[in-house]
Amino acid sequence: MIDNSDAVKLLDSKRDNAIFVATMNANNVHFGLPTVTSNEKLDFPVSGAMSKASDVALGLALAQPDRKIMCLDGDGSLLMNLGAMVTISNKAPKNLVHILFNNKVYAVTGGQPIPGDEQVDWEDMAKSAGYAKVFSFDNLEDMTNGIDEALAAVGPVFIHLVVKPEIENTPVQFRTPAKRTVHTAIADLPETLGIKR
Amino acid sequence: MATQEVILHPASVVEELKKNKISHVVWLPDSETNFLFQLLDNEPTLDLVPVCREGETMAIAAGLWVGGKRPIVLIQNTGVFEAGDSIRGLALDVNQPLVMLVGYRGWSRHGLTRDSAARFIEHILHAWGITYYLIETDDDADRISLAIEEAERTSKPVAVLVGTEFGS
Repeated sequence: MIDNSDAVKLLDSKRDNAIFVATMNANNVHFGLPTVTSNEKLDFPVSGAMSKASDVALGLALAQPDRKIMCLDGDGSLLMNLGAMVTISNKAPKNLVHILFNNKVYAVTGGQPIPGDEQVDWEDMAKSAGYAKVFSFDNLEDMTNGIDEALAAVGPVFIHLVVKPEIENTPVQFRTPAKRTVHTAIADLPETLGIKR
Repeated sequence: MATQEVILHPASVVEELKKNKISHVVWLPDSETNFLFQLLDNEPTLDLVPVCREGETMAIAAGLWVGGKRPIVLIQNTGVFEAGDSIRGLALDVNQPLVMLVGYRGWSRHGLTRDSAARFIEHILHAWGITYYLIETDDDADRISLAIEEAERTSKPVAVLVGTEFGS
């Protein structure tokens, strides 16, 4: 299994000018993207509508076809919105990388197992949904060796990461607030991208 | 007494979308909008983004909007109920100026409708504070422009209820 923090650190080191659309544990303020990001202005945290990060990423990928969009998703989150995998493959954005952080639990609600945690095959799921390329890594060494090929592939690419569960069991109102939120990103990302409204 | 033909041609809707430089139609088809689909599919200035479930539409539209495009959502009123958390979290909460064209299944000017999709939809929109317009004929189509102007002026989602089936 891969540590969340190692995974986001490695991905961030490969980002160039990619936009990260991150949610759940991948965006955790203690061990997720906010702790390692090298370009916060291009981070788009998605909260407030669980499971929709991949759809937000699809919209960005269609709007910004010359820029890589990397969605850092969670397994419980994606299970809530499985149809998005087909929605994505149907539009087939070449610049979209959908990265699944699979920890087999609902980590932010106390670590309850997700449905089908021992039977769901995410690689098969992504292939059947129609992603152009599918990769899977369950240890940091393989991820380190294979990530360049995965990120260089023509999308939509699906990368399955088996990560260690890091459980949080604090009610939302008592958690450490994120410095950068979906509101911050919506306010300043267009300017960062040079979009005039 | 002559009766007025109540009909909404899809070309009237497409013209409104083109006039307002809409770039993407994020939608889930329903039985009432097939003629519109055929027209949209042949319109080179509009990119169709079909989804598997209505809640996806607001999220995809949010990404398109932040990325500099001008999307619109097209779903049925039944889909509004399904999409509640997306409307809350990725349209209302983030002040997305999103126009949602909503097929008004069950709408009737004549007598009571038995369709709960029609009976509940306006109450739901009121509860969320989402203003809406009703279009039934070609003469009403310019309310789409009003809705787009209002959404952009208020930075809020606005609904347009399509109260009749499209003519061919």
